[in-house]
Amino acid sequence: MENLVEHSLAAEGLAVGYDQRQIIDNLSVQIPTGKITVIVGANACGKSTLLKTLARLLKPSKGTVLLDGKSIQSIPTREVATKLGLLPQSPTAPEGITVADLVGRGRYPRTRWIRQWSKSDDEAVADAMTSTDVLSIADRPIDELSGGQRQRVWIAMALAQETDILLLDEPTTFLDLTHQFEVLDLLVDLNKRDRRTIVLVLHDLNQACRFGDHLIAMKNGAIVAEGNPGVVITEAVVQDVFGLSVKIIPDPVAGTPMVVPIGRHTTRTDRVSEVAANTAAAALAASAAATGVCRPTDR
Amino acid sequence: MTTTAEAVQLITRARAARHARNVVVLVVLGVLVFATFCVSLSLGDFKIPVVDVVKTLFGGGDKATEFIVNRLRLPRALTGLMVGAALGMSGAIFQSIARNPLASPDIIGVTYGASAFAVFAIVTLGLTGAAVSGLAIVGAILTAFIMYVLAWRHGVSSYRLILIGIGIGAIATSLTSYLLTKARVEIAQQALIWLTGSLNGRDWSNVRAMAITLVVTVPLVVILVQRLRILQLGDETAYGLGLKVESSRLGLIVVGVLLAAVATAAAGPIGFVAFVAPPIARRITRSPGPAMIASALIGALVIALSDLIAQHAFGETQLPVGVVTGVVGAPYLMFLLARANRVGSGG
Repeated sequence: MENLVEHSLAAEGLAVGYDQRQIIDNLSVQIPTGKITVIVGANACGKSTLLKTLARLLKPSKGTVLLDGKSIQSIPTREVATKLGLLPQSPTAPEGITVADLVGRGRYPRTRWIRQWSKSDDEAVADAMTSTDVLSIADRPIDELSGGQRQRVWIAMALAQETDILLLDEPTTFLDLTHQFEVLDLLVDLNKRDRRTIVLVLHDLNQACRFGDHLIAMKNGAIVAEGNPGVVITEAVVQDVFGLSVKIIPDPVAGTPMVVPIGRHTTRTDRVSEVAANTAAAALAASAAATGVCRPTDR
Repeated sequence: MTTTAEAVQLITRARAARHARNVVVLVVLGVLVFATFCVSLSLGDFKIPVVDVVKTLFGGGDKATEFIVNRLRLPRALTGLMVGAALGMSGAIFQSIARNPLASPDIIGVTYGASAFAVFAIVTLGLTGAAVSGLAIVGAILTAFIMYVLAWRHGVSSYRLILIGIGIGAIATSLTSYLLTKARVEIAQQALIWLTGSLNGRDWSNVRAMAITLVVTVPLVVILVQRLRILQLGDETAYGLGLKVESSRLGLIVVGVLLAAVATAAAGPIGFVAFVAPPIARRITRSPGPAMIASALIGALVIALSDLIAQHAFGETQLPVGVVTGVVGAPYLMFLLARANRVGSGG
């Protein structure tokens, strides 16, 4: 896959809403090319709305999304699909579809019904499936796969589109921890290998700091802070965006900011249990001494 | 580049295997349809050997056979095949758009609308023949239009379309019942026969109407089926892949409604064909997609077989074809609902 042209994605003065409810008002943003950008924020802060607007799924009532400096609404949608791929939060697959078949459908924007399926399409599909490690399950129906495998297949479908920009809406939400990291590591691979621009919405701040080159923190449909994780994720910003008191320490593995929530009921259990254990042992010894019996430790 | 030649080969082979299975199934189905077609032409008051039927179809055979086959039996058999194919394709379109096996034109309102208008034409206006068919088409299209408009809220969600379709179907059915209770007995009986769906007395004018419809719609289906395969992945993914979602869906609905409307006008609302043909087609082709051609062939086969049974299995009594398709289709509907409940997926 050669990526000679690098595509840029930005938004200017966006206003987006459903029905009468305004979600985003006057938002401008520049997505850094060739980097991983993570959008974070509390529920209903407009982060998915922003992602969907960037992917032209929602039409802004004001402002424009700019793909390569041109209004995305003015570019034929099929042409956009050759530059920008999207993985929605809960995509649906028809019953019984096999992995290879589903990934192949990612070639849709690259085919015309006059230009039939060709060798280059097979190559793109094989490439997408190799880099997501789903080649060995090519003939399996999607319904039989685990959540992590299924998510990799969907990413493969978006990769088969061969776009420089990839948008993902909460790609880890329904996965267990192992599979969350598997998917995020894969995204880093894709970013490193092809200098793909990746934008994703994540819930977990620690993962956002670990995997994002650039963070966008949102609150009430506006951007509160953006920049690299060290700048964005501070105790003040998290307090502002999530309304949660936290302590921020360096991640012992990566050195990126790590968010430790404080909460209302938290006490240090390690010290308390030490004290409790000591009290119990003392009481036991006292009682043993008092009765003059030496018992083995209670189980 | 991480891709190896083996990887590409694996993908090519997987695609070729899917394709090969499809071709085999389609050829077998085609042969079955043709065989049933020939048998149905050979049976009747004058039995004609199947060999002679085939000869006559290809221009041979004597005068008497030619008269019986081409004049008397061919229009009915051809109408049946084309009605079946149209219903099969219409069902495949609706079920794939809605991603729900319950969404066929005979479950959601379209055919009920056609029926209400046809019964109105028969009972209240005293019409017969082509005029009834014409009003049935108007009824189907009008119903579909109302459904689409009512389901519209920043675009049409499939789920809303089904629910509104079922609601409108119920209204149309109660209208039909009301008209029937007001009608004189003979007229009501005539309307009831229409409502069951029958191929009795179909002539070349029916064949012509069906043929014209198919000539117009089949090329549209060929163009739209690629989009349907993308639409199946859900609206958001389809947008992401660069599909014009709303216009594609509207185009597909228009074609699906046209197919169902003209088929219903030609033979009455033959129940369950549009509903059972696509799932059978998907199963035997092992295709997740709309399985459009297979659905058309299965639809044709179901009607041809059902009409064969309806005409000849009960001695002197000839049943309307809709009775037989109903007997086959209703248990499938129950099976589907029971399975949906167990799986908890709604299909």
